[in-house]
Formats: sequence, structure tokens, C-alpha cells
Amino acid sequence: MSARLLLKGGRVVDPSRHVDDTQDVLLENGAVAEVGGRVAARGAEVVDVKGLVVCPGFIDLHAHLREPGGEDKETIATGTRAAAAGGFTAVCAMANTEPVNDQAGITRAILERARAEGVVRVYPVGAITRGLSGVELAEYADLKEAGCVGFSDDGRPVADARVLRRALEYAKAFGLTLIDHCEEPSLSENAVMNEGPVSTWLGLRGMPAAAETIAVERDLRLAELTGGRLHLAHISAAGSADAIRRAKAAGLRVTAEVTPHHLLLTDQTVRDSQYDTATKVNPPLRADADRQALLAGLRDGTIDAIATDHAPHTVDDKKVEFDRAAFGVVGLETAVALCLDRLVGARVVDLPRLVALFSSGPARVFGLPGGTLAPGSPADVTVLDLQKKRTVDPERFFSKGRSTPFAGWSLKGWPVMTVVGGRVAWRDLKA
Amino acid sequence: MSGFPHRHLLGIEPLEPSDIETLLDTADGLKEVLDRPIKKVPALRGKTVVNLFYEPSTRTRSSFEIAEKVLSADSLSIATAASSVTKGETLLDTAKNLEAMNPDMFVVRHSAAGAPHFLARHCRSAIINAGDGAHEHPTQALLDALTLRQRKGRLKGLRVAIVGDILHSRVARSNVWLLTKMGAEVVLCGPPTLIPPGIEALCPVTYRIDEAIEGADAVMMLRIQLERMSGGFLPSLREYFQRFGLDEARVRRAKKDVVILHPGPMNRGVEIASEVADGPYSVILDQVTNGVAVRMAVLYLLLGGSGGTA
Repeated sequence: MSARLLLKGGRVVDPSRHVDDTQDVLLENGAVAEVGGRVAARGAEVVDVKGLVVCPGFIDLHAHLREPGGEDKETIATGTRAAAAGGFTAVCAMANTEPVNDQAGITRAILERARAEGVVRVYPVGAITRGLSGVELAEYADLKEAGCVGFSDDGRPVADARVLRRALEYAKAFGLTLIDHCEEPSLSENAVMNEGPVSTWLGLRGMPAAAETIAVERDLRLAELTGGRLHLAHISAAGSADAIRRAKAAGLRVTAEVTPHHLLLTDQTVRDSQYDTATKVNPPLRADADRQALLAGLRDGTIDAIATDHAPHTVDDKKVEFDRAAFGVVGLETAVALCLDRLVGARVVDLPRLVALFSSGPARVFGLPGGTLAPGSPADVTVLDLQKKRTVDPERFFSKGRSTPFAGWSLKGWPVMTVVGGRVAWRDLKA
Repeated sequence: MSGFPHRHLLGIEPLEPSDIETLLDTADGLKEVLDRPIKKVPALRGKTVVNLFYEPSTRTRSSFEIAEKVLSADSLSIATAASSVTKGETLLDTAKNLEAMNPDMFVVRHSAAGAPHFLARHCRSAIINAGDGAHEHPTQALLDALTLRQRKGRLKGLRVAIVGDILHSRVARSNVWLLTKMGAEVVLCGPPTLIPPGIEALCPVTYRIDEAIEGADAVMMLRIQLERMSGGFLPSLREYFQRFGLDEARVRRAKKDVVILHPGPMNRGVEIASEVADGPYSVILDQVTNGVAVRMAVLYLLLGGSGGTA
């Protein structure tokens, strides 16, 4: 592979620099060397991307790669291939592995495995509390030095307000961001879906939207109290979006993400699918009013990023009664195409805004390199074909996970090439 | 044969009013067999039915078993405690293994809502839902409707109060679907902690039992489970009975010819006073008898005649 790669004649969409124009992009020695009209690059490998869209590499803030400990569900090798095929050049790997990523040694092991077998960048997320127990803080300074970019007990909330308060305070010393999975556990005990008319008719135990919004409100107060940096994962409820909008207006340093499934589906899907466990996620698919509020939040800047919450499980974890099935679905290989078709195609947001939600937005949350094609930044590029049509077929996933509520959806607009550090990690282009 | 266009009976919700009529008419017709000296007809000879019960049940299970025997089906009943479920086998594996023995139908009782739908998706056999979690209990609603129709001659226009723990009740949900589809006027009553959200879209809800019973043609009392106190749903059974229980004074608010139903098992003195349960307007034992007839009808319509469902 050449050390120089020229992406020629594409439509460059780089919201970080307000660029949306036909330009060439030259990548050299792992960095963006030059972006402009007619870049000459003798000796470079040239890829003709005429008719395609060239973007800063997409970053997924929220994925469960499952390694170590959950290799039957996913590995760093399969998860990063899924990421590359889905248009992501970097993924943030959640800490709820086994053992939990709460020690520098585990972070280093994850990064070593990612270097050896990964095809995109892996940014480990450390645990907020040791063993995700919600009691004692993990060693943030050590974990940061080992490579953790943020901290989260995701999979479960930090239930004790005092613990989250101390964590937010302590993390300030090292300039770290904490991510909370917002859920008031006493209101969600044993629940398997959203509480509302649909859970009533299905006879399933529901968790009310208030279980999330109460936790969001609490977290925002704690961020205000401590001055700590807070990021709210997979927001699903209208009340949560409102609370975040108000907090941002008041000047709080808070960011938030949403998933494609919360943007595109509602709890009615659980009913229509007759208890299909591919609709069982946490937070649960909510009511349409919630979904509309999330879309409004995408447009007005309340939401900073779209993240997948890629949560692969084995077939056995999902092919059981709804009550017994694991929470979570895969998302790395469908997120970008879903958003291109159903958000940009349906004119909910324009293309530059969507690209920002996948690139500069997430980069800012953790202060990651990338998310821009500014010269000197990492040579991470995602190339999109807005005309390409394909049907979601879980059997073709690189991920070990197969459970997705979007199987069979026919989508227009797909990622076709993913470049990481100047090397092509994945391509679906005629040479 | 019958014009019954369904392969499974998973709930009342997917049924058309005409399907419900067909089921009730068939049950009425078959009921006579139970009064014969020799209570057996060959309708389902050569058909095998497996009763797969993952929850304790006395009434429903024996009712299905008797219905199967009267119709000459070969049947066996599997209760979880005595099966390989205790060895950790999944529901689907158990069903698949049983299915390898070529039964024609599963009758399924399970604590997980949607378990019968899950089996219907993955199995060849016809499925009857005999109660799934808090979702539906279709044969119970059918036997309630049969009882009401016998007593009142119709369902349309009847005022029916359903009182008690609506939140956890599959009986309430199936009855709401059935009665509203058939044009009855249903009112639900219980403490707000036991009323599920959104149910008022289908029928009115009141927290005052006197209001619910006023002018009712029928009152259906639901069982209050004793563990509801620890869940914080109720402060005490004493207060529950005072405010939501059915005693004779309250029955007088209903129409003179009111009938009182209860799906059982009853908690006497909790949701219903003994003098009401055993009173002249109680049709609780008729319900049980009609249960056999309704289950015969369901079995017959899904399995009988042209032998359609394998």
C-alpha cells in the first residue's frame, strides 16, 4: 500500500470547516496533507470518488466490543470490521467487559488486541466505578494514561448520586468526561420495554420515560454542582431532551447522544413484530412523541452525536421469551445507512448536519483527534455513496451479532469506503 | 368447514366479531355433549394435543384435558416441575423436542407475555394460548362471554364492570377486547396503582366501585394477589376490601338481574364477600362448566373438520 492516497473528485463535506464542495483530498503519512481543488500528487495511489461524498472519518461514541470476556458475542476483530463496513473509522469501546475495564492493565490489553487485530481505531472507555459496582471510583488518572478517553458504567446507571458527584469532581483534575446511562433503577425494575399503552396491551412490564428523565435531571444538577464534564448516553425520552436543551441554554458543559433505533422506531414496533426480541433494547423504544422530540433535538443542536449502542448478543441470548431475552441490538453496520436514508433522504436533517453528528460532534465530546479533514489531522475518511441501494441482511454482517430490528429494510445511501490512518480499512468500490 | 380463519388462538385482540360468534356458537352446540350419558365424540380422533403448562393451574388445565378427552384427542400434560425445564432446558428446546413426536397442537400456559407467539413463530404445531403473563387469556374471555350470553341472551349493549387488579390481569385484557368488540359497554375499576396506562382508550376507568357497579348487567371481580402489598400497590387487604371489594350492599346498586363472575381462584373476604360468591346472582360455577365447552370449541375449530392445521 502506498503511503500517499489521493481521493479525487469527490464532494467533500467537512462540517468542522464548513466545507461542502468538490475537492480532492490527499492523505500522506497517516495525516491529511492537502484538501482543495485539483491537488497534484505524483506517485500517490488515486481513488476516483467522483459522485461520492468524502467526509471526516465517522466516530462511534458507544459500542460494546465485548472483548475481553464476551468473545462469543463479539471480538475486537469482528467488531472493528463491522465498524469499518459501517463507515466508522473509530469506536469507543464500553467498559462492561469481563473483567471490567477498570484497571490500566485491561485498557492496555484491549489496545494491544486492537493494534494486532483491529481495523479501525479503538478508544477504550474506562469504568466510573470498580467492577461497575457503583460504589468505589476507578483509577481515572491511571486509566487515562493507559488510553481511556472517557468513563462510563454503561449497561447500568450510577445509581448513587453521591458517587456520581464525587466521580464528576475527581475527573475534573484530569479533564475527563463521564458518560452516564440514565435510568432510575427503582422505576425500571424487571421492566422489558417502554411503559405506556403498548406495554399495557402486550402485558409486558414497562419502565416509564420518567425513569430516564429523572436520572437526566439529577445528573444535570450534579454537573452544575461540580462543574464536571458530563455526557449523556442514548437519550430516548422527550423530557430528557428538554432538560438537556435547558441545561445547555444555561451554559452547562454537557453533551448528549442518541441512537438510530430511538430516532427511527417506537414501542409500537414491539407490538407489530409480535414480541420480536430484536426490539428489546435499553433504554427501550419509546412513544412517537419521544421520537419526534429526539429528531427536534438533532436539528437544534441539543443532541451532539449519533451513536450506535452496538450491543451484540448470541442467538441463544435472543431466541427466547421476550422477558428472558438480553437487551441490545447491533448497529455498527446499519447506523450510517439508516440515517442517510431516513434522516437525510427524508429531509429531517441535511447532509452536513448528519456528517457533523457522526464526526465533529462525537470528536468534541471526548476531545478526540479526528472528526475533521483539516490538514494535519488523522487521515481518517469515510466515503459515502448516496445513490447506492441495499437491503439490510444480518447474514452478511461482519459482526457476530445478528439481532437488529432493521433486517430487511431497503436503504438508499451507504458507506462505500473507510480509510483509517491513510490505509483503506474497507471498501465496497469498483477499483 | 367452519369458516374459522385462524391457525392459532393467541389472543382475542386479533379476532373479528364474527370469529367470536363462531366460537361461542360452536361452544353452545358442543355443550350438549357434556350432558350425554356417554360424554365422548370422535371429532378429534387421531389428533395429539400437548398441554404445556409453565405455571400452576387447576381450572384451566383440567378444563382443557376434559375437553380434549371428550373430543377423543390423544393428549398429555406437562407441568414444569416434573419436566426437563428444571434441568435448564429452554422453552423452545422443550417444544421442539415434543414436536419431534408429531403432536398437532400445543396448549401453552406461561408466565412470560408473548411466549405462545414465540412458539407460534418457531413451531409447526397449532398453538392455543392458555394464559401468557399479563397479556391474554382468550379461552377465559370466551367462557365468560358464553356465560353472559346464556344468561342475558346477548352481549351487545350489556354494561359490564371489571373490578380489581387490572394491571396484572390477562383475564381483564382479553375480556376488554372481547366485550368491546361485541358491543358491550365495559367499565374498569380498581385503585390507580393497579390500572395500566392507556387502557382508558378502549373503555372508561373509575376508582369508585359504586360508580362502576351502578346499573351493571354483570360484575366481574378479579383476584387480588397477596404479594401486591409488598410491591407497594396496596396498603392493606382490609382497606382494599372496604374500598374495592364486592359485598351485598354494593351488589344492590347493579341491575336486579345482575350476574357476578370471577375467573378464580377467589380470595373470599379480599375482593369478594362469601355471601356474594355463593349468592343467587353468582355464575362462578357456570363459568367453569362453560370453560369445558369453550375449549372444546377452540380445539374443534383449530383441529377438527377438514383436519387443516398440521
